[in-house]
Amino acid sequence: MTEPLSFELSRPAVDPPRLPGAEEGGAPPGDVLPGELLRSRPPGLPRLSEPELMRHYSRLASLNYSISENFYPLGSCTMKYNPVANEAAAALPGFAGLHPYQDEETVQGALELMWRLEQALCAVVGVDRVTLQPAAGAHGEWTALRMIRAYQHSKGEARTEVLVPDSAHGTNPASAALSGFQVVEVLSGPDGRISLADLESKLSPRTAALMLTNPNTLGLFEREILDIAELVHSTGAMLYYDGANLNAFMGICRPGDMGFDAVHMNLHKTFTTPHGGGGPGAGPVGVKSELVPFLPSPTVERTDGHLTLDHKHPQSIGRVRSFYGNFGMLVRAYTYILAMGGDGLSQASQDAVLSANYLRKLVEGDLEMPHDGPCMHEFVASANHLNHENGVRALDIAKALLDRQFYAPTVYFPLVVPEAIMVEPTETESKATLDSFAHAIKEIVAEAKTNPQGLHEEPKNTPVGRLDEVAAARRINAYLQGQSEDPVLRWKSPSETAS
Amino acid sequence: MLETIGVKSINDLLVDIPQSLRLRSLQLPAGLSEFETMAEVAALAGRNRVFPDRLTFRGGGVYRRFIPSAVAAVTSKPEFYTAYTPYQAEASQGTLQAIFEYQTLIAELTGLDVSNASLYDGATAVAEAAMMAHVHNGRDEVLVSGYLHPEYVQVLRAFSEARGIKVRKGGEPNKKTAAVIFQQPDFLGLLVDPRALTTAAHDAGALAIACVDPISLAVLAPPGEYGADIAVGEGQQLGMAPSFGGPHVGFIACRKELVRKLPGRLVGTAHDAQGRRGFVLALAAREQHIRREKATSNICTNHSLCALAAAVYLTYMGPYGLRQVAEVSFKRAHALAERLAALPGWEMAFPERGFLNEFPVRAPKSSAVVRKLARKGILGGLDVSRWFRELKGVLTFTCTEVNDAKALDELVAALES
Repeated sequence: MTEPLSFELSRPAVDPPRLPGAEEGGAPPGDVLPGELLRSRPPGLPRLSEPELMRHYSRLASLNYSISENFYPLGSCTMKYNPVANEAAAALPGFAGLHPYQDEETVQGALELMWRLEQALCAVVGVDRVTLQPAAGAHGEWTALRMIRAYQHSKGEARTEVLVPDSAHGTNPASAALSGFQVVEVLSGPDGRISLADLESKLSPRTAALMLTNPNTLGLFEREILDIAELVHSTGAMLYYDGANLNAFMGICRPGDMGFDAVHMNLHKTFTTPHGGGGPGAGPVGVKSELVPFLPSPTVERTDGHLTLDHKHPQSIGRVRSFYGNFGMLVRAYTYILAMGGDGLSQASQDAVLSANYLRKLVEGDLEMPHDGPCMHEFVASANHLNHENGVRALDIAKALLDRQFYAPTVYFPLVVPEAIMVEPTETESKATLDSFAHAIKEIVAEAKTNPQGLHEEPKNTPVGRLDEVAAARRINAYLQGQSEDPVLRWKSPSETAS
Repeated sequence: MLETIGVKSINDLLVDIPQSLRLRSLQLPAGLSEFETMAEVAALAGRNRVFPDRLTFRGGGVYRRFIPSAVAAVTSKPEFYTAYTPYQAEASQGTLQAIFEYQTLIAELTGLDVSNASLYDGATAVAEAAMMAHVHNGRDEVLVSGYLHPEYVQVLRAFSEARGIKVRKGGEPNKKTAAVIFQQPDFLGLLVDPRALTTAAHDAGALAIACVDPISLAVLAPPGEYGADIAVGEGQQLGMAPSFGGPHVGFIACRKELVRKLPGRLVGTAHDAQGRRGFVLALAAREQHIRREKATSNICTNHSLCALAAAVYLTYMGPYGLRQVAEVSFKRAHALAERLAALPGWEMAFPERGFLNEFPVRAPKSSAVVRKLARKGILGGLDVSRWFRELKGVLTFTCTEVNDAKALDELVAALES
């Protein structure tokens, strides 16, 4: 089942919608402005009636998997249920209708919400201040590294390297490089945890920071975190926490207490703001007191119950996004925190750990477990044995799950595990869902042994089968090299591509 | 479940955490029922003052526009808003196709070859475009020409500093200049000569980056027509509420020669074994999850749901609906400008310059004027002197299709009183 593009559904006979003031007098821009400033022909937007438009997008919606309908066991992504009350809160006219340049006196409620959210996040991760400006996790990582760099510069230090474990998210090295640092990789030991010996050998006076997530991307808690922190701090470097895995330990422990100096959080993971098919999210960053002067500007300040936006931060790294961040996502996250409370957040993390260990137990007979448990909120299994014996890869298992009404786990990440299958069930899935997922894994593994070819052909029940990305890349290359008129990355009317 | 795992309590699963790190509890209030939660949140919302759309004359990068009901009807479908980033193409065709349509719409509007799947906002879009230029030609200075949104300049500075790139304001491009960045219409609403700026950039061997208002492109020449290499901008006006500044969406489009330097997601067409057309994430080799520290950008996602809103908005409007929106806004702003300039002591700040639907006026006692309007329930002009000292006493007013003729009368009457 596929759906034509809006451009293919377009009909020239469709009248434009009725709009306010369309018949009003006055000279149009074409009569007033010099011709060279004007557009020579109208943009090629499609022309659909409202019923055609609504049906088009309803059909597109039906081609998606979503957390509202399906279980997303996506490791590292924390696909929890998104409470609908969050959406209602963000849509309140008192929030959605606010212009960012209204006077502070007229937006006290919005600033109060930002201030309270900051306090709550400080309490959860154990830091002194939080900036709500970054729009996403990667944006938060970059912001934190900029602050670390500014802090070290202010002390007359020019540290140039950032250490990143080999199991880290790809955004870590990318953010470090784009913040002006050289990336040095730290190896994991055989137990899946960072190798202290390797860390020690790579630490030097050049080291600005170690980026770490704990539990790490294998779902394992870095038991030696206090030693790691001491080692890093003893060289004068800082410790940065990648908050992707924060859902593992709310109310159980805190990165600030572990010794982390800067912490980013993903409101779209831990605090249930929806993923939106790939954003918008929000990636606030918390810091300990020594980094506070370097926070992005403005900050929200509260004096005797009166709130202000403070732009006077001479040492600030500046502004990382326009206005005050993805405010609508901040409203959603605050709503979630209010509803959950301290007790609810702690329970959520405990349940997430329980679910992951339970599911791990159910599938450990079917998939390889390269590391010993217990795990925290997620675990990494491997299809290496199936690949060797039956030629069935992690990707085949992922696609076969799609045919069984489950979204696929994260595969081929972290890079340190061959044929990795990374599963994060979250606390919002019931035991029954976990049982049926484990059952599906069992079925697929059994099929891998009896009918591996069948698995290579899955998914069959999805709107399209496996798409040939290699052929697509070749067509893009041909276009970029001027050998083809088909742009691949956008639609063009057949008459244009033929010419 | 504990029994299946073979442990007695949750604590047995947390043995790897050093005892000294364990918390007793979080220092946060206890949870609330939905009723209590919503009452508390609504009380906060109630402490804000919302000005009616028709009486909002303030812009500065975020605008009140008519938003068709179709936009929320689509973006509030849980199949869209609760879906993950479309890594598994077969289970994400709805999102992927919507992004592909968005990319085509932005390419059409800007007159350029390829748009990405969207960025965070207009400010980061400007900064990412500058980084593209730096990577493309290896030069380490970007030149900001004229009144670019001051917050975009601030974000550009933060990004540039990280890469050792200098941001210069004003002057002529030279052989160190990676790109010339200009805004059309500029932050004050005034029209610039994009052809002259583009030519000057190219003559110096630099790229031309046009930061554009998407609605304006229904009537103004698109960047592709005057030869700009990259077009960027803020898409809030395409169906998104002001929402105190976000979430909105940044767009970026470029000539095909620069596609490999584009940051963020790109969606392209592909086919399955049966020859059916589908959509996949394309050119992922530029991205951080493959390239790690060698990636063109650290962005691992986009503002998909906002891009969807923009796609629905543009599809609803079509080419002629969008032109009407731009034209009505233009006419009303010109009618208002004439009336404001006729007030005693008021004058156009740049009478020789053309504008579309936002314009700067010099007003006597400008801050008092804005306060007076607020008392009458009107969100008046934006005092731009907070960013530009040379513009003391200058307010920018904006008009769109939501500011009806009667609203203009009320504004003028309030000023005359």
